[in-house]
Amino acid sequence: MLTRIVAWFAAPAQWSSSTGIPARLAEHLGYTALAVLVAAVIAVPIGAWIGHTGRGRLVVVGIANGLRSLPELGVLVLFVLLIGLGLLPVVLALMLLAIPPLLAGTYSGVAGVDPAAVDAARGMGMTERQILLEVELPNALPLIVAGLRTATLQVVATATIAAYVSLGGLGRYIVDGQAQRDFAQMAGGAILVAVLAIVLELALQALGRAVAPGRPGDRAARRVAAFLAARGSDRSSDPDRSSGPDPSSGPDVVPVPAPSGRTAP
Amino acid sequence: MRLFGEDILPLAAEHVVLAVVPVLIGLVISLVLGWWAWRVPAVRRVLVPLTGVLYTIPSLALFVVMPLILGTRILDPLNVAAALVLYAVALLVRTVVDGLDEVPDDVMTAAVAMGYRPGGLLVGVQLPLAVPVLIGGLRVATVSSFSLVAVGAIIGQGALGALFTQGFERFYTAQIVFGLVSIVVLALIFDALWVLVGRLLAPWTRAARGPGRSAAEDDATVGARV
Repeated sequence: MLTRIVAWFAAPAQWSSSTGIPARLAEHLGYTALAVLVAAVIAVPIGAWIGHTGRGRLVVVGIANGLRSLPELGVLVLFVLLIGLGLLPVVLALMLLAIPPLLAGTYSGVAGVDPAAVDAARGMGMTERQILLEVELPNALPLIVAGLRTATLQVVATATIAAYVSLGGLGRYIVDGQAQRDFAQMAGGAILVAVLAIVLELALQALGRAVAPGRPGDRAARRVAAFLAARGSDRSSDPDRSSGPDPSSGPDVVPVPAPSGRTAP
Repeated sequence: MRLFGEDILPLAAEHVVLAVVPVLIGLVISLVLGWWAWRVPAVRRVLVPLTGVLYTIPSLALFVVMPLILGTRILDPLNVAAALVLYAVALLVRTVVDGLDEVPDDVMTAAVAMGYRPGGLLVGVQLPLAVPVLIGGLRVATVSSFSLVAVGAIIGQGALGALFTQGFERFYTAQIVFGLVSIVVLALIFDALWVLVGRLLAPWTRAARGPGRSAAEDDATVGARV
């Protein structure tokens, strides 16, 4: 079996033709990037606004929890039946799955910024817009990236299933291999998908560490910190104070600061 | 009860068994591994990131790779179940470690002073205090397990997920919507069951939820997996 899988990988056509591995990989990454990008354009501003104003907090938690229990295969085939075969229904379904983690990550990042830092920024005469863009969003970055990571991995996994509804991508090998009873092809596709997911996970973890506290930059945040220190406050604007566990490690858990009494999603 | 040409109740029962039993098996494995990782920092440094990476592997890929690891046949239902056990372990090892971390040091010291031995300490003090965090992890694992089972339908092993593949082949929207609703409802029923178990095992969380504990529990509750 293993030799057949190796042979499948080694076939020259696998690396050059339009159904070869590089082409399928490009398709897979293309769907993923498109869906995550559109989801981010929608979810990050809304999450930031809700985190900043505190309005609609329960809506975020409700959406994040409610959409989680939706079976992705069902969502995908439903969109295809409603819209028709093609890229649009798939990207819409993937986007729908990417929005909750991005929304939850942005919201919890912004809402978790030390209120003392926000008050200090307000006291220094910053406008609300400046506070959001220069204090809250930079401090929320680690959790936004954590949300981006969860969303990306979710979309990569669901994009694999997209082959079932006649789209390209690496899932093609699994679905075609199944139809042709060619297990070497199925296994080869599965290995590629797993490797892609792990590589993206590690890359986004590295990005998470890069935006973690202690980085250079963020002049406004540092100014606020210095202001607080000068005032002798015991609280700093250390972004580490934003709630939740270390966003740069562990599985797809997007922390949301707890509105107490929240129960089932 | 026949709906859409399928006997729905046996399919639903199969879905529940395929979704829930792996989580329970995963819990047992995770309690052992998590306790080990909590005790030995070197194990923790390896195991926790490793389970994180395992958790990122897309379900369809893991289902397909399982026969290579287990030596099972490609269409064996065991493949889906074993993959779901792996996901449950991947999620719950970290939960167990976090849960044991949550137990305050002074409580541990007091318990040791009262004469608890390590075994009794774990069962009588640490695990009960970790219950809220464990329940949070179990809720995520169970809810995602219900939707992961459906993915198995692509390789012919999806229980209620068959409603999606058949509905797609027949262009029958109602069947797909019925599948979505029934899987979500089943998942929410078991989610609520875990909340109930949590309240029975840790009644104090209902009276007064400490800010630290409730935050940790909710952190574990919001997460997703495909």
